[in-house]
Amino acid sequence: MKYWTFRMLKEKVSFQITKGWMQVFSIGLLLLIAFFILSLSSGSNWISPTQVFMQLSNMTDEHAFVIETLRLPRTLLAVLVGSALGISGLILQSIVRNPLASPDIIGITSGASFGAVLFISVGTGVVSMSLLPFAAISGGLITATFIYLISWNKGVTPIRLVLIGIGISAILKAGVTFLLVFSDTYVVSKAYIWLTGSLYAATWNDVTSLFWWIMIPLPILIILGRSMNVTELGDDVAISMGIKLQWQRLVFLGCAVILAASSAAYVGGIEFVGLMAPHLARRLVGKSFLGLIPITGIIGALLVVIADLIARTMFLPLDIPAGVFTAAIGAPFFIYLLYRNRNR
Amino acid sequence: MLHSFSSKIIGIITLLFLVALLIFCSLAMGQTSISFSLALEVLTQYNPENPDHLIIATSRLARATIALTVGIALAIAGTLIQTLTRNPLASPDLLGINAGAIFFIVFAITWLNLQSLTQYMWFGFLGAAVAGLGVFFLSSLGRDGLTPIKVILAGTALSALFISFTQGMLVIDEQSIQTVLFWISGSIAGRDLNMLFAVLPFLVTAIIISLFIGKAMNIFGSGDDVAKSLGQNVGLLKIIMGVLIIILAGGSVAVVGSVGFIGLIVPHIAKGLVGTDYRWTLPFSALLGAALLIGADILARFLISPMEVPIGVMTALIGGPFFIYLAKKGVSKQ
Repeated sequence: MKYWTFRMLKEKVSFQITKGWMQVFSIGLLLLIAFFILSLSSGSNWISPTQVFMQLSNMTDEHAFVIETLRLPRTLLAVLVGSALGISGLILQSIVRNPLASPDIIGITSGASFGAVLFISVGTGVVSMSLLPFAAISGGLITATFIYLISWNKGVTPIRLVLIGIGISAILKAGVTFLLVFSDTYVVSKAYIWLTGSLYAATWNDVTSLFWWIMIPLPILIILGRSMNVTELGDDVAISMGIKLQWQRLVFLGCAVILAASSAAYVGGIEFVGLMAPHLARRLVGKSFLGLIPITGIIGALLVVIADLIARTMFLPLDIPAGVFTAAIGAPFFIYLLYRNRNR
Repeated sequence: MLHSFSSKIIGIITLLFLVALLIFCSLAMGQTSISFSLALEVLTQYNPENPDHLIIATSRLARATIALTVGIALAIAGTLIQTLTRNPLASPDLLGINAGAIFFIVFAITWLNLQSLTQYMWFGFLGAAVAGLGVFFLSSLGRDGLTPIKVILAGTALSALFISFTQGMLVIDEQSIQTVLFWISGSIAGRDLNMLFAVLPFLVTAIIISLFIGKAMNIFGSGDDVAKSLGQNVGLLKIIMGVLIIILAGGSVAVVGSVGFIGLIVPHIAKGLVGTDYRWTLPFSALLGAALLIGADILARFLISPMEVPIGVMTALIGGPFFIYLAKKGVSKQ
């Protein structure tokens, strides 16, 4: 296979790009653009793709409201959320070295949900709702720290991390229910829509702030990414190669949490994307961690854009949370994974 | 640990007393405190004119009875499921059985417009069966069979699927959110005794049968191969245990919604007391489960009085840390 090697910043950053990777990358990108435009076109009234192009390039102003205020931010948010969740799942699966890990299964999403619902139920009418993301992200971070600390016993083993995450997640879900049962109907339906993962009423503000949250962990991933390839060979190999394993695990976990919790903060619990995207990516381009990041991002974005497209057009005039559809595709996928990994 | 026969009998009798005492507390304590003697009076000479009698007869008696039955049912279901999957971390809620039953019942309420309690019950059984079979089938794939981690992961995934479908239905049908939500979160307050009566024959039959398969479970507990070579029909026993679990868990969900962790904690306490002789573990589990659920229900009335904590939240708050403890202990042993 033909490949090109890149070494940058005094060889701190290095990666290889193969021909196959380029093909997958460009096909993925094209598909994403296609669905992006389809998503801008469809809705309660159909706007033809040519009209969409004209609107985007400011040649006409006919559909300014529908496209630029309603559909564009929503679709962009779907892209951002999908790639953040996908990459978060990729990191977790690499840390845990178990293909079944994902931010929703190990409890980060429940932490974010708890933070957000607590904020909605206590803060409605008191504080501005624009602070909701901070509540959700702190919820996710605190939960992840907690899971990490409890799992610590001369280091953290992946399986303990998963099991303890499931336990903590159960407690937090009980906490969410507790809050919901004691809140007003208004708060409950608001929180509920949020919990299921809906992109409804996305604004440009959401898009830009989520974008910046995603930009925090990216450089770290690019710099430290190559050490992940070694870690995947096993703890012993990684340590003997001079990797500070526990330290690396902590940093990567932090990145995964920021990605998962910030997207949960803006759209709620969209499940299973973090599980599916990395798998599909691995099937397509192999195991190099740095190479996987962009592919996983694209696949995650595709999944959420498509799920949201179905969710808001199939049951018109109802706008169903996209999370229902990602779960509908994701759970059978998970089952397929369990089947495939049956002998591991 | 209770070793001798007589100490086990004494243990059972003590637990019986404890459960009886808790039932009385459950009748007497709450928003309106009622004296124990009055609570006794209701049972002997009921007087509908007396408001205290009315409170006990209309609301508290129902709660105590429901907590008693469901506590027993869930604890036995937990013991069976931990034996069947050979997994100390298993319980009906962690394996997605509760979520499955809830999904089917919510589906019946919102889409099929079913109102009758018996229909809920059958949908509960159906959901429990679908989820239970799903998890069992998925996690037994492969050479090493049912490993604890596979069972838990399959259960978590199926739960997530059912929960997100349930949420989807509730978002579409906003009116039912409040009613269904309180029920989903597991509550024994304001439940009609009729609901329990619809399910009771099934639950009681299942409980009685489980108490009789203790000996067979002892043999099964020593491993499939050993059990087979001792002449046990392992397949049949597995099916019986599976059906019992589905009836016990699905029936409980139909009555009280999702009350988790009773089925996880209780078998461990029971095994701590009498070891893995299931002829004893099962009755001990049953009584401990009843005591735990009635106790949690009493506590739920006082924690944030005058409101009440849903019982499912209470048990999760007690049981979650216990699960973490088990996970930590169990994994570091391997």
